[in-house]
Amino acid sequence: MAANSGDKLSMIKNLARKLSDVEYDKNFADINPPFASHNSKLEANRCLFCFDAPCTRACPTHIDIPAFIKKIASGNMRGSARDILNANILGMSCGRVCPVDSLCEGACVFNDRDTEPIQIGRLQRFSIDWFYQNWAETKKMFKPGKSNGKKVACIGGGPASLSCAFYLAQLGYAVTIYDKNDKPGGLNTYGIARYKMSADEALKEVKLAELVGVKFKQNCEIGKDIKVENLTRDSDAIFLGIGLGQTEDLGIPGEDLPGVVDAITFIDELKHKKLRDVTVGRRVAVIGAGNTSVDAATQAKRLGAEMVMVLYRRSEAEMPAYNYEYEIAKKDGCVYYFLTAPKRIIGKGGVEGIECVRMKLGPPDRSGRPAPEPIPGSEFVLECDMVIKSLGQKKQREFIQKVLGLKTDNRGCIAVDDVTLQTSNPKFYAGGDCVNGGREVVNAVAHGKRAAWAIHKKLTGRDVDLEGLWKNESIRRVANKAEFQYA
Amino acid sequence: MADLSIDFAGIKSPNPFWLASAPPTNSGAQIQRAFDLGWGGAVWKTLSVPIINVSSRLGSLDYGSARMMGLNNIELTTGRTWEVNVKEIRETKKKYPKNALLVSLMIESKKEAWQEAVKEMNDTGCDGLELNFGCPHGMCERGMGSAVGQVPEYTQMITEWVTEVAEVPTLVKLTPNVTDVTHVARAAAGAGADGISLINTVGSIMGVNLDTFAPLPAVDGKGTHGGYCGPAVKPIALNMVSACARDPKVGIAISGIGGIATWQDAVEFMALGATSVQVCTAVMHYGYRIVEDMIDGLSNWMDEKGYRKCTDFIGKAVPNVLDWGDLNLNYKLIARIDSDLCIGCELCHVAAWDGAHQCIDLEMGNGHRVPVINETECVGCNLCALVCPVDGCIRMIEVPTGRKPMSWTQYQAELAKNPKFAPPGQLELH
Repeated sequence: MAANSGDKLSMIKNLARKLSDVEYDKNFADINPPFASHNSKLEANRCLFCFDAPCTRACPTHIDIPAFIKKIASGNMRGSARDILNANILGMSCGRVCPVDSLCEGACVFNDRDTEPIQIGRLQRFSIDWFYQNWAETKKMFKPGKSNGKKVACIGGGPASLSCAFYLAQLGYAVTIYDKNDKPGGLNTYGIARYKMSADEALKEVKLAELVGVKFKQNCEIGKDIKVENLTRDSDAIFLGIGLGQTEDLGIPGEDLPGVVDAITFIDELKHKKLRDVTVGRRVAVIGAGNTSVDAATQAKRLGAEMVMVLYRRSEAEMPAYNYEYEIAKKDGCVYYFLTAPKRIIGKGGVEGIECVRMKLGPPDRSGRPAPEPIPGSEFVLECDMVIKSLGQKKQREFIQKVLGLKTDNRGCIAVDDVTLQTSNPKFYAGGDCVNGGREVVNAVAHGKRAAWAIHKKLTGRDVDLEGLWKNESIRRVANKAEFQYA
Repeated sequence: MADLSIDFAGIKSPNPFWLASAPPTNSGAQIQRAFDLGWGGAVWKTLSVPIINVSSRLGSLDYGSARMMGLNNIELTTGRTWEVNVKEIRETKKKYPKNALLVSLMIESKKEAWQEAVKEMNDTGCDGLELNFGCPHGMCERGMGSAVGQVPEYTQMITEWVTEVAEVPTLVKLTPNVTDVTHVARAAAGAGADGISLINTVGSIMGVNLDTFAPLPAVDGKGTHGGYCGPAVKPIALNMVSACARDPKVGIAISGIGGIATWQDAVEFMALGATSVQVCTAVMHYGYRIVEDMIDGLSNWMDEKGYRKCTDFIGKAVPNVLDWGDLNLNYKLIARIDSDLCIGCELCHVAAWDGAHQCIDLEMGNGHRVPVINETECVGCNLCALVCPVDGCIRMIEVPTGRKPMSWTQYQAELAKNPKFAPPGQLELH
């Protein structure tokens, strides 16, 4: 995905010691291991089978959670997997990486009874693991729809495009995914912490899309390898799931020093190299405190870094990382420096330290959060060998406006209709990070599915409810018309 | 501390908890161990004609993740020899003179055979006999067990053979596999039995293996109907016990059996007329040690309620069991939902909507939906309170109707006098 940063990292002054294979295996083992079969039934039987369940309402893809859980309990694994995948093609990734505390499990009614919520994520994983473990049989469950002669191009190989393509292909569209990377899957393949999901696993979900007839064109960048005019001419609709750009710059002196790397590049290497071959410093500073920062910080620690410092210019309360992610980092021994902003990176021929300044919180800024302000004279230096930038990814405002010719919103994301995800060019739809500015896999899947729905409706005039897909949405709409909202 | 001892038709027992005739009472060593742990009495596993058992023999009904809500067996009577059993009965009674030791018998339906067996039992020192007219599997095909207990005349005849020669109290164990258990109970009482014990197991097939289509429990790919017991049969047993207790033509002591696992279960059986209770499945699940809480819990409950001995509460619920026609039609309950306790599962809503009287609506309140009772539609059926997973969230509240109690029977009597007499109760619109 990103350029290999090995050259720059080879200049790191003090490398962390290499670990034994046993230590690597232990440090990068599955953080939330799967259920044993009997435990899955115990947990499934605990589910109350709520009516119009809050967990289903909380899921952006509206998986009918009580239904799939009841099917695990009854031993109907095939039905369970189908319930999940019909609502969310990336059921496996979502079962592993979804911030369930903030979504389905956070909505579980047991929370109000002072009882542990149902472990929905792990149950979903149990169902979908079964699905992929029995692929020889289960692959017969999905097939391409009867061709309707219409063509759709999906740009970008990540969750949003996969989702849109999966549903459209089942409705009979000829769908091609154009992707600039070597391997399909986008950030699911390249950007998820290794202890959550491996790249090989992400690629299984790509196989599912292939199964229903989706074609993949890799190493194909829109605007470069393929012209927008040609796409527009050759397709009945285009879906953009192009994600975001490179990591934001620090904008401070020393940023170009060898030993400074962006988090996405670092995580990408982790996913595709032998762990022994991934370069990491002895002392690592991670700038920014989002969820990607946690992935970078914890994995640096697990690779053998002696000291990992996470620098964040606001306080713990404003930190964007989910609480459970922060807990992982703390348990791994990462040290957080709140109200600390980097001023310059120091070093000759490589990172030797980072000069920081203490901050205080002032009145709210445009984001509504208190604006951090430097405290004059509070500068101090943290010694480190490596700096990982994790400030979020850049918006692609220029690319969207100039190359794609589409309107952007005030953040620089693609402007879309809230319901249909149609862009300012009626032939173009968009979803995922390029629309929401960077959220979860499940949000991207929900976007892809809704765009597929809208494309189908526009091109055929038919509502997908009638096709038997999106069962949950149609049920929910009937059950709960007044309250129904798109996620 | 309360006195837990009982006198069952002359059989003394330090407490009402007996082990039922079953695998837990198969040998002297087992029963002696059970007595050491506190069991008041035991009914020896049925002595009978020589038998050969099959493998496997037991099947379980699991519900959700709860194991053995129900248990069934296709095991026959004791597999040990008559002589060994007699020797161990004698030894056990000698070692445990204060415990109640009964022997279950199932003999070929011939007078001589029965009387010979009973006479031999007279010599063992046992405290009582229990005639197994109940087992619904295997032995009934040979004219024993439930084949006897399903026909009042056979029950009477064989019970008479036994009481003619028995020197200890005789109990008849009744099968629930009949239309009206009181007919058989009356026959036993009429033949001089001192007590009845019920229920024996219910005819059952536990399931089907969906790969082999073998009924469960399976023997070499085949199966047969067996005897069903455990917590799932308790309501059936309570009903039959109360029916016998209410029937003045029965009028003899009752030993309650059927899904008893705790002291509360035991008290319920006793409140409906049982003097002793017999336990099997719970011991097969958890071992003899469960009796410790049964004794402790019963004793604490009696102290709390001020009952000094078991007869203070035995039969106390019997007068409250009526025919449906005698229930008060002018009594009205409605459900009340405490929205502060509601966790939002909406099970009450869907249960009422699909399974009852469409009387719970969902309304917006405090930013989330809450179920609200439609009091004009609510018939006070209990369903919502039964499905609600939160204790105390849905309560059934009495609504004064301002009308004096009237039953269907009374209403019919009034109608006979005055054809325009206004009906009691409430009209249901749906």
